[in-house]
Amino acid sequence: MSKARPKFLNLLQIRQPIPAVVSILHRISGALLFLFLWIFLIGLQRSLASPESYLQLKAFIDEPLVKLVILGLVWAYLHHTFAGIRHLGLDLRLGIELPGARMTAYAVLALALGLTVIAGVLLW
Amino acid sequence: MTVVAHYGWRGWLAQRVTAVVMLLYTLFLLAVLVSLPQIDYDRWHALWSLSVVRYATIFFVLSVLLHAWVGVRNIFMDYVKDTGLRLVLYVLVILTLIGYGVWTWQILWAV
Repeated sequence: MSKARPKFLNLLQIRQPIPAVVSILHRISGALLFLFLWIFLIGLQRSLASPESYLQLKAFIDEPLVKLVILGLVWAYLHHTFAGIRHLGLDLRLGIELPGARMTAYAVLALALGLTVIAGVLLW
Repeated sequence: MTVVAHYGWRGWLAQRVTAVVMLLYTLFLLAVLVSLPQIDYDRWHALWSLSVVRYATIFFVLSVLLHAWVGVRNIFMDYVKDTGLRLVLYVLVILTLIGYGVWTWQILWAV
Protein backbone atom coordinates (compact mmCIF):
# COMPACT_ATOMS: atom_id res chain seq x y z
CA MET A 1 0.00 0.00 0.00
CA SER A 2 1.41 3.34 -1.01
CA LYS A 3 2.22 5.65 1.87
CA ALA A 4 1.86 8.68 -0.33
CA ARG A 5 -1.90 8.39 -0.66
CA PRO A 6 -3.50 11.79 -0.26
CA LYS A 7 -5.31 12.26 3.01
CA PHE A 8 -8.02 14.80 3.59
CA LEU A 9 -9.52 14.54 7.00
CA ASN A 10 -10.76 18.01 7.81
CA LEU A 11 -14.18 16.97 9.10
CA LEU A 12 -15.49 20.50 8.78
CA GLN A 13 -14.71 20.67 5.07
CA ILE A 14 -15.73 17.20 3.97
CA ARG A 15 -19.33 17.17 2.78
CA GLN A 16 -20.84 14.66 5.19
CA PRO A 17 -23.37 12.07 4.05
CA ILE A 18 -26.86 12.64 5.47
CA PRO A 19 -26.71 9.69 7.93
CA ALA A 20 -23.50 11.20 9.33
CA VAL A 21 -25.23 14.57 9.79
CA VAL A 22 -28.10 12.89 11.65
CA SER A 23 -25.58 10.98 13.76
CA ILE A 24 -23.55 14.00 14.86
CA LEU A 25 -26.78 15.94 15.54
CA HIS A 26 -27.90 12.99 17.68
CA ARG A 27 -24.80 13.50 19.79
CA ILE A 28 -25.09 17.30 19.87
CA SER A 29 -28.80 17.22 20.76
CA GLY A 30 -28.08 14.66 23.51
CA ALA A 31 -25.34 16.83 24.97
CA LEU A 32 -27.65 19.88 24.85
CA LEU A 33 -30.44 18.02 26.62
CA PHE A 34 -28.00 16.94 29.34
CA LEU A 35 -26.69 20.50 29.78
CA PHE A 36 -30.23 21.88 30.06
CA LEU A 37 -31.78 19.17 32.27
CA TRP A 38 -31.99 21.63 35.16
CA ILE A 39 -34.30 23.89 33.10
CA PHE A 40 -36.91 21.13 32.88
CA LEU A 41 -36.71 20.55 36.64
CA ILE A 42 -36.93 24.25 37.54
CA GLY A 43 -39.88 24.57 35.17
CA LEU A 44 -41.69 21.64 36.76
CA GLN A 45 -40.95 22.91 40.25
CA ARG A 46 -42.14 26.47 39.53
CA SER A 47 -45.26 25.22 37.77
CA LEU A 48 -46.29 23.21 40.82
CA ALA A 49 -45.03 25.20 43.82
CA SER A 50 -47.97 27.65 44.07
CA PRO A 51 -50.57 29.42 41.90
CA GLU A 52 -48.34 32.51 41.99
CA SER A 53 -45.20 30.71 40.80
CA TYR A 54 -47.33 29.03 38.12
CA LEU A 55 -48.42 32.43 36.76
CA GLN A 56 -44.87 33.81 37.03
CA LEU A 57 -43.60 30.88 34.97
CA LYS A 58 -46.34 31.46 32.41
CA ALA A 59 -45.31 35.11 32.06
CA PHE A 60 -41.64 34.11 31.83
CA ILE A 61 -42.39 31.64 29.04
CA ASP A 62 -44.06 34.48 27.10
CA GLU A 63 -40.68 36.22 26.63
CA PRO A 64 -39.54 35.77 23.00
CA LEU A 65 -36.00 34.83 24.02
CA VAL A 66 -37.29 32.17 26.42
CA LYS A 67 -39.54 30.82 23.67
CA LEU A 68 -36.50 30.48 21.42
CA VAL A 69 -34.63 28.50 24.07
CA ILE A 70 -37.69 26.28 24.55
CA LEU A 71 -37.93 25.70 20.80
CA GLY A 72 -34.24 24.81 20.71
CA LEU A 73 -34.84 22.22 23.40
CA VAL A 74 -37.97 20.97 21.64
CA TRP A 75 -35.89 20.44 18.51
CA ALA A 76 -33.17 18.67 20.51
CA TYR A 77 -35.76 16.37 22.14
CA LEU A 78 -37.43 15.61 18.80
CA HIS A 79 -34.22 15.04 16.88
CA HIS A 80 -32.74 12.90 19.62
CA THR A 81 -35.96 10.86 19.85
CA PHE A 82 -36.37 10.27 16.11
CA ALA A 83 -32.67 9.59 15.58
CA GLY A 84 -32.91 7.20 18.55
CA ILE A 85 -35.86 5.36 17.02
CA ARG A 86 -33.90 5.13 13.77
CA HIS A 87 -30.99 3.71 15.75
CA LEU A 88 -33.19 1.04 17.34
CA GLY A 89 -34.33 0.16 13.82
CA LEU A 90 -30.72 -0.19 12.71
CA ASP A 91 -30.11 -2.51 15.69
CA LEU A 92 -32.93 -4.68 14.38
CA ARG A 93 -31.29 -4.55 10.94
CA LEU A 94 -34.05 -2.34 9.58
CA GLY A 95 -32.89 0.22 7.01
CA ILE A 96 -29.24 -0.76 6.99
CA GLU A 97 -28.92 -0.68 3.20
CA LEU A 98 -27.73 2.66 1.87
CA PRO A 99 -30.95 3.86 0.16
CA GLY A 100 -33.04 3.02 3.23
CA ALA A 101 -30.48 4.49 5.62
CA ARG A 102 -30.48 7.73 3.59
CA MET A 103 -34.24 7.87 3.45
CA THR A 104 -34.71 7.37 7.20
CA ALA A 105 -31.96 9.92 7.90
CA TYR A 106 -33.82 12.51 5.79
CA ALA A 107 -37.04 11.54 7.57
CA VAL A 108 -35.46 12.12 11.00
CA LEU A 109 -34.16 15.56 9.98
CA ALA A 110 -37.45 16.57 8.38
CA LEU A 111 -39.71 15.27 11.18
CA ALA A 112 -37.67 16.98 13.90
CA LEU A 113 -37.49 20.31 12.04
CA GLY A 114 -41.10 20.16 10.84
CA LEU A 115 -42.54 19.41 14.28
CA THR A 116 -40.33 22.11 15.80
CA VAL A 117 -41.83 24.63 13.38
CA ILE A 118 -45.33 23.45 14.32
CA ALA A 119 -44.44 23.76 18.00
CA GLY A 120 -43.15 27.28 17.27
CA VAL A 121 -46.42 28.25 15.60
CA LEU A 122 -48.41 26.87 18.55
CA LEU A 123 -46.14 28.63 21.05
CA TRP A 124 -46.40 32.04 19.35
CA MET B 1 -3.39 -6.69 25.25
CA THR B 2 -7.11 -7.15 25.27
CA VAL B 3 -8.99 -5.58 28.12
CA VAL B 4 -12.37 -7.16 28.59
CA ALA B 5 -14.75 -4.52 29.84
CA HIS B 6 -18.22 -5.91 30.32
CA TYR B 7 -19.69 -2.51 31.13
CA GLY B 8 -19.59 -1.74 27.41
CA TRP B 9 -22.29 -4.31 26.77
CA ARG B 10 -24.29 -3.23 29.80
CA GLY B 11 -24.17 0.40 28.70
CA TRP B 12 -25.30 -0.55 25.22
CA LEU B 13 -28.30 -2.44 26.60
CA ALA B 14 -29.14 0.20 29.22
CA GLN B 15 -29.17 2.87 26.52
CA ARG B 16 -31.79 0.97 24.56
CA VAL B 17 -34.01 -0.11 27.44
CA THR B 18 -34.08 3.42 28.89
CA ALA B 19 -34.77 4.82 25.41
CA VAL B 20 -37.90 2.68 25.11
CA VAL B 21 -39.06 3.68 28.61
CA MET B 22 -38.61 7.38 27.77
CA LEU B 23 -40.41 6.96 24.45
CA LEU B 24 -43.40 5.30 26.14
CA TYR B 25 -43.51 7.98 28.85
CA THR B 26 -43.35 10.76 26.24
CA LEU B 27 -46.35 9.27 24.41
CA PHE B 28 -48.17 8.76 27.73
CA LEU B 29 -47.62 12.37 28.84
CA LEU B 30 -48.57 13.78 25.43
CA ALA B 31 -51.79 11.75 25.48
CA VAL B 32 -52.61 12.99 28.99
CA LEU B 33 -51.89 16.63 28.08
CA VAL B 34 -53.94 16.46 24.90
CA SER B 35 -56.86 14.90 26.80
CA LEU B 36 -57.01 17.85 29.23
CA PRO B 37 -59.68 20.30 28.05
CA GLN B 38 -57.63 23.25 29.26
CA ILE B 39 -54.73 23.70 31.60
CA ASP B 40 -54.84 25.93 34.65
CA TYR B 41 -53.01 25.64 37.96
CA ASP B 42 -55.65 23.50 39.68
CA ARG B 43 -55.86 20.97 36.87
CA TRP B 44 -52.06 20.93 36.48
CA HIS B 45 -51.56 20.41 40.21
CA ALA B 46 -54.22 17.69 40.33
CA LEU B 47 -52.57 15.92 37.40
CA TRP B 48 -49.23 15.71 39.21
CA SER B 49 -50.91 14.51 42.40
CA LEU B 50 -51.94 11.30 40.67
CA SER B 51 -49.80 8.37 41.77
CA VAL B 52 -49.70 6.98 38.27
CA VAL B 53 -48.21 10.23 36.94
CA ARG B 54 -45.75 10.49 39.82
CA TYR B 55 -44.45 6.95 39.61
CA ALA B 56 -44.34 7.02 35.81
CA THR B 57 -42.35 10.26 36.04
CA ILE B 58 -39.90 8.88 38.59
CA PHE B 59 -39.40 5.84 36.37
CA PHE B 60 -38.90 8.16 33.39
CA VAL B 61 -36.43 10.41 35.22
CA LEU B 62 -34.39 7.44 36.42
CA SER B 63 -34.22 6.35 32.78
CA VAL B 64 -33.16 9.86 31.71
CA LEU B 65 -30.39 9.93 34.32
CA LEU B 66 -29.03 6.50 33.40
CA HIS B 67 -29.32 7.30 29.69
CA ALA B 68 -27.55 10.64 30.21
CA TRP B 69 -24.77 8.93 32.14
CA VAL B 70 -24.07 6.38 29.40
CA GLY B 71 -24.29 9.06 26.69
CA VAL B 72 -22.11 11.64 28.40
CA ARG B 73 -19.58 8.96 29.34
CA ASN B 74 -19.36 7.96 25.68
CA ILE B 75 -18.77 11.58 24.66
CA PHE B 76 -16.02 12.00 27.24
CA MET B 77 -14.40 8.71 26.20
CA ASP B 78 -14.22 10.03 22.64
CA TYR B 79 -12.91 13.53 23.27
CA VAL B 80 -11.18 13.69 26.67
CA LYS B 81 -7.87 11.87 26.30
CA ASP B 82 -6.44 12.71 29.72
CA THR B 83 -7.47 9.92 32.11
CA GLY B 84 -7.32 12.05 35.26
CA LEU B 85 -9.44 14.80 33.78
CA ARG B 86 -11.89 12.25 32.41
CA LEU B 87 -12.33 10.68 35.85
CA VAL B 88 -12.94 14.09 37.41
CA LEU B 89 -15.58 14.81 34.77
CA TYR B 90 -17.19 11.41 35.39
CA VAL B 91 -17.48 12.14 39.10
CA LEU B 92 -18.96 15.60 38.44
CA VAL B 93 -21.54 14.17 36.04
CA ILE B 94 -22.48 11.34 38.41
CA LEU B 95 -22.93 13.74 41.35
CA THR B 96 -24.96 16.11 39.18
CA LEU B 97 -27.23 13.31 37.98
CA ILE B 98 -27.77 11.97 41.51
CA GLY B 99 -28.58 15.53 42.58
CA TYR B 100 -31.17 15.79 39.80
CA GLY B 101 -32.71 12.50 40.94
CA VAL B 102 -33.09 13.71 44.53
CA TRP B 103 -34.42 17.05 43.29
CA THR B 104 -37.06 15.34 41.13
CA TRP B 105 -38.16 13.23 44.05
CA GLN B 106 -38.53 16.38 46.19
CA ILE B 107 -40.54 18.18 43.50
CA LEU B 108 -42.94 15.31 42.95
CA TRP B 109 -43.50 14.45 46.60
CA ALA B 110 -44.04 18.11 47.55
CA VAL B 111 -47.11 18.22 45.30
